[in-house]
Amino acid sequence: MNPFPASDLIVGTVFLICVATTVAGALLAVLTGRIVRSVCGLALCCIGIAGLYYFLHSPFLALMEILVYIGAVCVTIVFAVMLAEPDEPAPDETRGAAILWSGVALLAGAAICWGLSRLGLQGKWPVPVAQVADSSVKSIGISLLTTYSMAFELISLVLFVAILGALATARTGRSK
Amino acid sequence: MNLLHLYGQVDIYLVIAAFLLAVGIYGLIRRRTLIGMLISGEIIFSAASLNLVALSRFHAPDPVAGQVFVLFIMGLAAAEVAIALSIIIAVYRNYRSIKANELADLNG
Repeated sequence: MNPFPASDLIVGTVFLICVATTVAGALLAVLTGRIVRSVCGLALCCIGIAGLYYFLHSPFLALMEILVYIGAVCVTIVFAVMLAEPDEPAPDETRGAAILWSGVALLAGAAICWGLSRLGLQGKWPVPVAQVADSSVKSIGISLLTTYSMAFELISLVLFVAILGALATARTGRSK
Repeated sequence: MNLLHLYGQVDIYLVIAAFLLAVGIYGLIRRRTLIGMLISGEIIFSAASLNLVALSRFHAPDPVAGQVFVLFIMGLAAAEVAIALSIIIAVYRNYRSIKANELADLNG
């Protein structure tokens, strides 16, 4: 017997709030006109996804999602918005063309969403016999430094080269 | 099937991931600036990550593999954002604009 019967209700409500945050953030990110609001939508979407990761028994990933996406990616995009153009320019296409392209994009998105949802919901996913490992931070760390150590090192190399490349690319034409 | 017990099954996560992918592709088609397209790309990355974590949580014998893979995806996304934003700033210096359809001439 559950000693605290309202806990199911609370957990389910928190999950629904996470789902709503993800969906609302994603819609805000692509539908608003101003780029700053779009970045805020991306941050909101990432908060929701971090909550979903928590419900998937991956608290470390939830932490990294907030740290990397909101703390690094969104802040970097805000810096770029301040250095470049703050606003989405006014549309230069005719009204008919805008409606046509919106319709095409909406149709493509709806088809992808419907098809993938149908595939995911109707697929016969295999049920594992037993889970061989738990998903704690300790086992993530162990597998990062044993099974995936090569990929781990290569990621650090990729980040190093990317930072050097970003510096070299953004530096050219500075004297103009 | 109760609305409050959706988090215990894989279905809702797959539907959310499909929705995020669709939203990202809609944004890639419709946004007119490079930064807007970059943000849509990040949403597509998130959709893929959510799919991987959900399937490895419910349908894989080793749930650590999916999480480690998503950590690598985050590292690559951070590298991609750094490169893309530096390119955007360099483009803005040369063209005074980041509209995607104005960047039409090559120089070589």
